[in-house]
Amino acid sequence: MAVTTHEPEHPTSTGLSHRKLLMWTFLGSECLFFGTLIANHMINRNQAELLNGVSPACVLDIPITSASTFVLLMSSVAMVLAVTASERGDMKQLRIWLFMTAVLGATFLGFQVYEFSAFVDEGLTIGTNLYGSTFFILTGFHGVHVTVGVIWILSMLAASYRRSDLVIGNPLNVDITGLYWHFVDVVWIVIFTVVYLVGAIGLNCTEVV
Amino acid sequence: MVTANELLGGVLAKRPVGATGVMSWITTIDHKRIGILYGVTGFIFFILGGIEALLMRLQLSSADAGIVSPEVYNQLFTMHGTTMIFLVVMPLGAAFFNFMIPLMIGARDVAFPRLNAFSYWMFLFGAILLNVSFLTGGAPNVGWFAYSPLTSDTYSIGQGVDFWILGLLVLGVSSMAAAFNFIVTIVNMRAPGMTMMKIPVFVWMTLIISFLLILAFPVITVAITLLLLDRLFGTVFFDTAAGANPLLWQHFFWAFGHPEVYILILPAMGIVSEILPVFSRKPLFGYTVVVFSGVLIGVMGWGVWSHHMFTVGLGPVANSAFALITMFIAVPTGIKIFNWIATMWGGSIRFTTPMLFSIGFIGMFVIGGLSGVMHAVAPSDTQQSDTYFVVAHLHYVLFGGSIFGLFAGIYHWWPKITGRLLNEFLGKVQFWLFFIGFNVTFFPMHFLGLDGMPRRIYTYSEGQGWEFWNVVSTVGVFIIGLSLFVFIQNVVRTLRHGEKAGNDPWDGRTLEWSIPSPPPEYNFAQIPTVTDRDAHWAAKYSEGPDGRPVPKVQGAAQEEVDTRNIHMPTPSYYPVLLAAGLTLIAGGLVSHLVVSVIGGILALFSIYSWALEPATDPDAHRDHGAY
Repeated sequence: MAVTTHEPEHPTSTGLSHRKLLMWTFLGSECLFFGTLIANHMINRNQAELLNGVSPACVLDIPITSASTFVLLMSSVAMVLAVTASERGDMKQLRIWLFMTAVLGATFLGFQVYEFSAFVDEGLTIGTNLYGSTFFILTGFHGVHVTVGVIWILSMLAASYRRSDLVIGNPLNVDITGLYWHFVDVVWIVIFTVVYLVGAIGLNCTEVV
Repeated sequence: MVTANELLGGVLAKRPVGATGVMSWITTIDHKRIGILYGVTGFIFFILGGIEALLMRLQLSSADAGIVSPEVYNQLFTMHGTTMIFLVVMPLGAAFFNFMIPLMIGARDVAFPRLNAFSYWMFLFGAILLNVSFLTGGAPNVGWFAYSPLTSDTYSIGQGVDFWILGLLVLGVSSMAAAFNFIVTIVNMRAPGMTMMKIPVFVWMTLIISFLLILAFPVITVAITLLLLDRLFGTVFFDTAAGANPLLWQHFFWAFGHPEVYILILPAMGIVSEILPVFSRKPLFGYTVVVFSGVLIGVMGWGVWSHHMFTVGLGPVANSAFALITMFIAVPTGIKIFNWIATMWGGSIRFTTPMLFSIGFIGMFVIGGLSGVMHAVAPSDTQQSDTYFVVAHLHYVLFGGSIFGLFAGIYHWWPKITGRLLNEFLGKVQFWLFFIGFNVTFFPMHFLGLDGMPRRIYTYSEGQGWEFWNVVSTVGVFIIGLSLFVFIQNVVRTLRHGEKAGNDPWDGRTLEWSIPSPPPEYNFAQIPTVTDRDAHWAAKYSEGPDGRPVPKVQGAAQEEVDTRNIHMPTPSYYPVLLAAGLTLIAGGLVSHLVVSVIGGILALFSIYSWALEPATDPDAHRDHGAY
């Protein structure tokens, strides 16, 4: 990255910038955070059928969630384009792709709001049974991460108008935002596989209720 | 340039200025000042946790005593454990990480000075939040590991458990933020030439602890968040009536809790690994082996958690597996002990106070380690579980280990931190009182435990044969208290009138001894270039033909460096404001939601202001005084 930076960083032992290393260690920590939540879901979801309420098979709508997954994956593509635009110093493209990333992320959140309200309509809430508790809290925490990401990206977009030095002069800022965003997407791929695809195998809606 | 402040109409003065006064400490981002803040706060909580222990010991000193009620007793042992672990041993370790790591690796500060300040304030506010529960109708009373389902809102009415959860959440953010900071600092800010195998062992141990912290704390964060959701928002994660497995909490807790044990002991191991070579005038025996033993302990520490659960009925296969791994983890620990002994072997030993504490550490830790191996034998543990034998074991590793190591560090680095030496006579008096008091307090607990006295009972009836050793144990607490009085006396006296330390009072080996005591704000006028392990020693001595150190002829004095051109990070308001905001969000959940909303607004304001202010204010022209 041969772009002059706003705050020249001192040479580091590894050659990586401090902040990028910080983001990587943070994401390592996040792996354990989501790992614990996912483990919690896998341990508890089978208990749900024995008890009152709604089977996962009756509420999970895999076609719709596949669509929202696709939207989230496309937002990662947009993020990649935003990062390369900032490295090139191309302000116009950077704004377009930051905006697209945020829109796609917000669309994913819209799907999640729809899904949550549909589940509640079917009678599954956080207190209904263990499946409800683990499902809502796992996907909910992921949704919180997406929300933080969308706010962060919109802040970068706003900064490009008031403090362009933060996004063009210093591509590291966009780069780090991108690392976070891709991580949140990767976590969703795991959640989609474990909770939706694997989670619905062998379940039949008519068996329960 | 538009800063958030200007956007918001300049709510705060532009940037905090001034190098003295309360405000300069609140807005400081100097790693040395933050280290001192950690140390002082940790010591205050050490006294508080000690008073809690004293009350418990008074209650147990005779059969059927009525000094505290059972309800208060439950709060005392819960808060004593939580305080000593999260508010004493961890921050006292953090005090040394903060003060010493940049000095030892030849850096001017940590990688993220403002994040570092944020860690301290989160620690302080979390500690306050936890202790406020004493005033609001009952502290947590469910033991420091808070087993489910006792913690559910059915069995734990009142807000004690909520305070415990929220306090730990805030403290967890503090620990993780600090750990991220130290990983980046150690990996990325070493002086030129200082490869990973040339950094001091204490720095290595800090790196391992930091990795344990960032990987273990997310687990407990999730577990206590789920518990909080159960208690406040009606989820059923730990509700056995809804089919929840009550053991899940124990797995989550100990998957965090056992790495946490190593988070507590590795700082002490790092400290004595620095002190023993200095006072033996020999390099550490087997540096590489000590480092990799530490790494191995850090890795294996993840595979032993269920030895805390031998008696819950996991079955013979699980118990055998965890028993074996637990015995194996004694191997790298034993290797370290042999290396420390071999370091002293044949050295010219000086029995200074830090050396006495280090040797005391080795002895006490061996006793605690051996009773730990006894617990590793699952059938034997079945006999010992939940008795005072476990209490004896854990105090031999946490008090005889961690606290002895930390005191060794206090005596060793005090002259570097304050510029004055602690009094050696008072130091030795303190050591012997501490050593005797510790053993008188905790050794009898082995007998009591094997005699069947359960832990966490507020009293016992006469005629069980427990009276004598309980009295002895209580007497020991007073000896420990006396030794702490001697220590405080020593500190108060020497702060003003102590002997001036100079740069290098102990003939030290590592880089922190090459700079003035106390160090200037920028630490190193010129960043050193490192060629050897024990960099400062190598600058002073070369190896003679018989292997003994020969003083080098000192070359020309170092050229004067114009320190006015050193740009140090500028103090900031936002770390403390962000910490206050986040703590208010947590505090709102046990008071009124409005508090949370105010906290949220404050946090958001602080995050944006922090992000938009440059770390080093280009307009700031500050004279570099002492910190």
